[in-house]
Amino acid sequence: MVQKDVRRLTLILLFAPFAMWIALLIIVPHIGMVALSLREKVAPRVYEFGLGNYIDFINEPIYWNTLLRTGSMSLLVTALALLIGFPIAYYIAKIAGNRTRGALFLLCLIPLWVSDLIRAFGWILLLRETGVISTFLQWSGLVSGPIEFLYNDVTVIIGLVYTVILFMIVPLVSTLDGMDDSLVEAGYNLGGSGFTVLRRIIVPYAMPGIVSGCIVVFMLTAGSYLTPILLGGKNSSWFTEQIYDQFITRFNWESGAAFGFLLLAFTSTVIWLGLKLSGQTLANTVAKS
Amino acid sequence: MTETPAYDLECHGISKSFGSVRAVKDVSFNIPSGSFFSILGPSGCGKTTLMRMIAGFEEPSGGDIRIKGKSVLGTPPNRRNVKMVFQHLALFPMMNVYENIAYGLRCRGASNDEIKRRVQDVLERIALPDVGGREIHQLSGGQKQRIAIARCMVLDPDVLLLDEPLGALDLKLREAMKIELKLLQHQFNTTFIYITHDQSEALVMSDHVAIMNDGNFEQIGTPQALYHRPNTAFVAGFVGDSNRWSGKVTASDGTGGTVETAQGLTMQFTAGGGLRIGKGEAVEIFVRPEFINTVRAADAAAAPGDNHMDGVVDSLLFNGANSRVLVRSQTGELIEADVTLTGDGDLAPGEAVRLSWSAQHAMCFPRSGDA
Repeated sequence: MVQKDVRRLTLILLFAPFAMWIALLIIVPHIGMVALSLREKVAPRVYEFGLGNYIDFINEPIYWNTLLRTGSMSLLVTALALLIGFPIAYYIAKIAGNRTRGALFLLCLIPLWVSDLIRAFGWILLLRETGVISTFLQWSGLVSGPIEFLYNDVTVIIGLVYTVILFMIVPLVSTLDGMDDSLVEAGYNLGGSGFTVLRRIIVPYAMPGIVSGCIVVFMLTAGSYLTPILLGGKNSSWFTEQIYDQFITRFNWESGAAFGFLLLAFTSTVIWLGLKLSGQTLANTVAKS
Repeated sequence: MTETPAYDLECHGISKSFGSVRAVKDVSFNIPSGSFFSILGPSGCGKTTLMRMIAGFEEPSGGDIRIKGKSVLGTPPNRRNVKMVFQHLALFPMMNVYENIAYGLRCRGASNDEIKRRVQDVLERIALPDVGGREIHQLSGGQKQRIAIARCMVLDPDVLLLDEPLGALDLKLREAMKIELKLLQHQFNTTFIYITHDQSEALVMSDHVAIMNDGNFEQIGTPQALYHRPNTAFVAGFVGDSNRWSGKVTASDGTGGTVETAQGLTMQFTAGGGLRIGKGEAVEIFVRPEFINTVRAADAAAAPGDNHMDGVVDSLLFNGANSRVLVRSQTGELIEADVTLTGDGDLAPGEAVRLSWSAQHAMCFPRSGDA
C-alpha cells in the first residue's frame, strides 16, 4: 500500500513541472488571449463582449493582406529550405563517411550557438550599402556606386531560409539515416532511373521527415519577428510586426490578441491542409522525429 | 534471336581492389543457361563484391563480364537485365505487394493492362494469388521471400542473383525455402546465382557450386564432385565435416602412400585432386566421419580398411540418423565417426573401440601454409 502511494507521489512530482509549464505558460495565457480578443472597446475603460476585433481585421485589407503575404512567403521559405536541405541531409545521412558525418552535423549546429540577433546583424554587415559585398563590388569595378542589398523581400527570404534550414536538415537526416541502402540499390536494380528512384523510393521513405521538417520550419518562419524586421525593415510587412504594433505601439491589446489568435488559426489550417494533402498524420511525423 | 549463346553469364578474369586490398582476384567462370549456380565461401571471401560487380553496383578493376554473350562493362545497373534478391530483401515498405512487383514494369513503361496481367500471373506462379493488396509488413518471412523473387522474375531477367536471402529465416522455414527455391528455379527456368556461406544451402539446391576463398575460386563443380573429390585442402575442409590431421609423408608413389601424423599415427593415404605428393612433404589428411567404421575392441579383428586406430568412446552425439560418436584416441585426439544408433546394444561412453578407414578415403593435400 505504502509502496503504491510512493510510486504515485513520484509520478506526480515528476510530472508536475511539465504540467505546470503547459498549464501556466501555454493554456492559461491562451485562454486569456481568447477572452481578451473577444472584448470590444466601446468607450475609454468600457468594454463589451463581441467579435469586433475580428471584424476589423476582415474589413481592413492591409491586415489580411499582410497575413496572406506572411503565409505565402513562409511557404516559399519552407519550400526553399526543403529544396536546399534535402540534398544536404541526403549527403550527411547516406554519402558521407562516419567521421565526416559527425563533423558536418556539428557544422550545421554551430550557428545555433550564436543568437538570432547576432546572426541577423551578420547579414546586415554583409549586405548594407557600406557593407562587405557592396564595397567588394565597387572595389572590383563591377559597379560604380554603392548598392543597398537590405530591405527587400529576397533578402528577407534568404535570411529566413538561413535561420530555419537546420530545423529541416535534422529530421531529414534522422529519417534518411534509417533507410536501408539496399532499397535504393533495389530501385536501380529493378530498372529505375535516378529520378524514378528519388521520386518513388527515397522521397516516399523520407516523407515523415519531410513533413515534420516542413511543419517546424513553417511555424518558425510565420512566427519569426527578428529576421524580417532587421533584414526587411519597414517594407517587410510581416504579420508578427502587426501584432507587435497593436500591443506596443497602439496599446490595443484586444486587437493584438485577436491578431495573435488569427495567426495561430491560419498556420494551423495551413499545416492541417498540408498533412491532408501529403496523407500524413502528426503522430507519424513530428511525434517520431 | 538467331542464336542463343551457350552461357547466360561469363566472367573473364574479374578482379576488384579497394585501395590496396584485393577483394576479388582474377576470377573466371561460365554459367550455362537455366542452371542453379552457387558461390559458397566464408564471410569476407569476396563473394558479395563479385555479385555486386555482376549487378553493376561496383565496377571491376579488371576483366570482363558478359551477359548472354554481350559485355556489360560500363552499363549502369538499371540497364542490365540482371535482377537481384537482396540479403534483407529490400522490399519497398511504402508500397503494397502489387506496387512492389509492378515497380519494375512501370520503370519499363509497360501499360496498366499489361502490368495487371503480368503481376497476377507471377503471383499465381509463386502460389500467392491473393496477396496483391497487402502491405509488406503484413506478410510472413517466407511470403516476403517469394514476393522478392516474384518482383525480379516478373521482369524476365537473364540472370537472377540471390544474396544469402535465407539468412534471416528460422531453421524450419529455411529448410522449406531451400526446396521451394529449387522448384521456383525449375519453374521459371532462369539462371539463378546464389551466394551463401551455408554449405547445406549450396549443396542441396545447386547444379554447380563454386567454392570461393580469399578472392579466388578454389574449385567449381557439382555438389557431389566437391564433396567427394575436392581439389584443395580448403575445399576438403570447408565442404562437409572432416577429421583432420597434419603429418609428413614417409613413403609415396606420387598418388598415394604412407604418412605419419604429428601425433605419431601411421596412415595409408590417397593424394587428393589428382595431385602428386612426394616423400617428405608436409601434408594435411582429411577423413570424413561417414567413412570411418567403428567396432568394439572385442571385434577388432573384423575391422576392415587400411587404417586403424584404437580409442575409447568419449561421448555420443545423438541426432537420429545423423548420430556421431566422439572417440578419444590413445594419443589424446578426438575423432568423429558416424554411427547407426538403433537404440539396442549401442556403444556407450567409456567403451574401447577400434576405428578403421580405407586409404581411398584418407584424402591428402600439401599443407597450404607451406605452399
